[in-house]
Amino acid sequence: MSAGQLPRWVDYGLIPVLNLVAAFLVSGLVVILIGESPIEAVQILLWGSLGFGEGIGFTLFYATNFIFTGLAVAVAFHAGLFNIGGEGQAYIGGLGVAWACLLLDHYVPWWVTMPLAVAGAALMGAAWAFIPAWLQATRGSHVVITTIMFNFIAASLMVYLLVNVMSEPGSMQPETRTFEDGGRLPFLNDMMPWVDFGTAPVNFSLILAILACIAVWLIIWRTRLGYEIRSFGANASAAVYAGIDPVRTIIITMLISGALAGMMAINEIMGSQHRLLIEFVTGYGFVGIAVALMGRAHPVGIVLAAILFGMLYQGGAELSFEIPAITRDMIVVIQGLVILFAGALEHMFRPFLIQAFAVGRGAAAQAG
Amino acid sequence: MKKLFMLSAAAAMMMSVGAMAEDFKPAVLYDLGGKFDKSFNEAAYTGAQKFKEDTGIEYRDFEIQNDAQREQAMRNFAKRGMSPIVAIGFAQANAVEKVAKEFPDIQFAIVDMVVDLPNVRSIVFKEHEGSYIVGMLAAMASETGKVGFVGGMDIPLIRKFACGYKQGVMAANAQAEIFENMTGTTGAAWNDPVKGGELAKSQFDRGADIVYHAAGGTGIGVLQAAADAGKLGIGVDSNQNGLHPGSVLTSMLKRVDVAVYQAFEDAKNDIWTSGFEVLGLAEGGVDWALDDNNAPLISDDMKAAVEKASAGIISGEIVVHDYMSDQSCPF
Repeated sequence: MSAGQLPRWVDYGLIPVLNLVAAFLVSGLVVILIGESPIEAVQILLWGSLGFGEGIGFTLFYATNFIFTGLAVAVAFHAGLFNIGGEGQAYIGGLGVAWACLLLDHYVPWWVTMPLAVAGAALMGAAWAFIPAWLQATRGSHVVITTIMFNFIAASLMVYLLVNVMSEPGSMQPETRTFEDGGRLPFLNDMMPWVDFGTAPVNFSLILAILACIAVWLIIWRTRLGYEIRSFGANASAAVYAGIDPVRTIIITMLISGALAGMMAINEIMGSQHRLLIEFVTGYGFVGIAVALMGRAHPVGIVLAAILFGMLYQGGAELSFEIPAITRDMIVVIQGLVILFAGALEHMFRPFLIQAFAVGRGAAAQAG
Repeated sequence: MKKLFMLSAAAAMMMSVGAMAEDFKPAVLYDLGGKFDKSFNEAAYTGAQKFKEDTGIEYRDFEIQNDAQREQAMRNFAKRGMSPIVAIGFAQANAVEKVAKEFPDIQFAIVDMVVDLPNVRSIVFKEHEGSYIVGMLAAMASETGKVGFVGGMDIPLIRKFACGYKQGVMAANAQAEIFENMTGTTGAAWNDPVKGGELAKSQFDRGADIVYHAAGGTGIGVLQAAADAGKLGIGVDSNQNGLHPGSVLTSMLKRVDVAVYQAFEDAKNDIWTSGFEVLGLAEGGVDWALDDNNAPLISDDMKAAVEKASAGIISGEIVVHDYMSDQSCPF
């Protein structure tokens, strides 16, 4: 092992744990500042997210959203692209889901509607990512700028559609009618009688999310396309020299990324809300960036990071419910600290650890 | 609104407090905008807070972060036996419907939407009536004959404000020109004072001298721009006359605070009623604000005219078009 390298368990186990601990310590200081007990806060957070069936259900429900948006960001990462349009792609993905459900829910059972809804979500999400991708590939318009602009266009388009076209006549709410049973995914609670998720909306989408993880792993690490994507991300000019078509790679990567983001809508629209409503994405697309960073753009890491963020969402809700002094903005601060330490300051502890391990190894060598 | 408060105060005196206080646990659930949005949700908070001050009874509240939390929080309240649970905002309707069915013994109230269940009180406001009145005031106070409207997010509810306002303007001055702008299409449109100010300025540049906002926190920028330009603004939801004394013509009051206070009060006094509650001018649910800050701006003629119009609306002589009734505005 050369100097500066760390054992894998340190890289993938110890460093993330240290980052998390640091984030929680700083959060604890903030909790102390507002005059509450941080120990109690952590207890409530853990109990609220993992302590009982319904809490676990909600944690997994949020995690499902984060897996999709996290995978979307990760796939783009591998090609060196930074897709921050997950928010808009998921929003538009909802349109595809809603069309499938509104068309079919009266006539067929959910498992007939589902593949079409998934296809609709993926197609719409991919379509929304296509224009930024095409602009990046052929005109050099930076994908960061265009995808974030497309988030706003998506919001405008959806408001227009929900207010003027798709809303129920006579209803004040900017949303479609509620889907019948044919447009609803079964809750895990109903599918698996031996678990008790209470009223938590965790549903069949979780299984879709796991399948998506496997598919992403296969595509990125086991196909020619994945090799092209990774080569392009590692060194674009070398990849072009090696005969990889940059336009094709950028566009296909972004289409996959957009499709994954769009599929988040399955969980929210078909799985939980059972109607298309305004602003249902509420930031899941952006949190996906943090999830992908924390999960090192690997499906396994993304699942773990998604569960962590699911815990923060669910535990955080319980926390602000139990301790009214800790408002939802405080929860955002805690989430922000986790992102800061786990994402941006990812390598903060690395030099110390390298030193510590070098010293340890040196001592061991001498003793031996 | 005074009437409402006096009624409830009298009712409170008749009952001995204390007796119910121990097992009486009211709760409020705010919408995505958050408790301190300087507007709609904050009005609910003000009502709940006033109830707490008047009676000494604690209440619980919760600010949701996403849609999944609506049902979750409502259920959490209900499981702990909290009642009444007042949900603020039309977006809560589906959650109220679901949870109210699961807990038939608990009283629910929802503001701005109708949920037809035996244990739910639905409180809706006739914002178009209040907007009509301030529209008349705007038209009468305007020297250029041009007035403006700045809305928050472009949703039917805000178009309802705009439509009532236009009708009111036209009623006072049929030749008037009205500029209408919405701030945006996302929730951020409720809290973008900079853009609100820019929209107001552009309307002033086109000749408007009075601007009405129905835009939550965005409206703070609208009123600021009006004050800076030496023009007049019109506030909304809460009484915003005092924000820039002399530069706010009036405020269209939407008494969400009274609705919340009353729901708590009725439940406490065991005179809870479920069903429809439509609060318009007649019920004191909407009104226009007149206080020391804007008294010099309102002439006696203007006052007389709007009082006549109010009486006309209450008696049914004047019908203010409700945008929600046919999703269109004839003006």
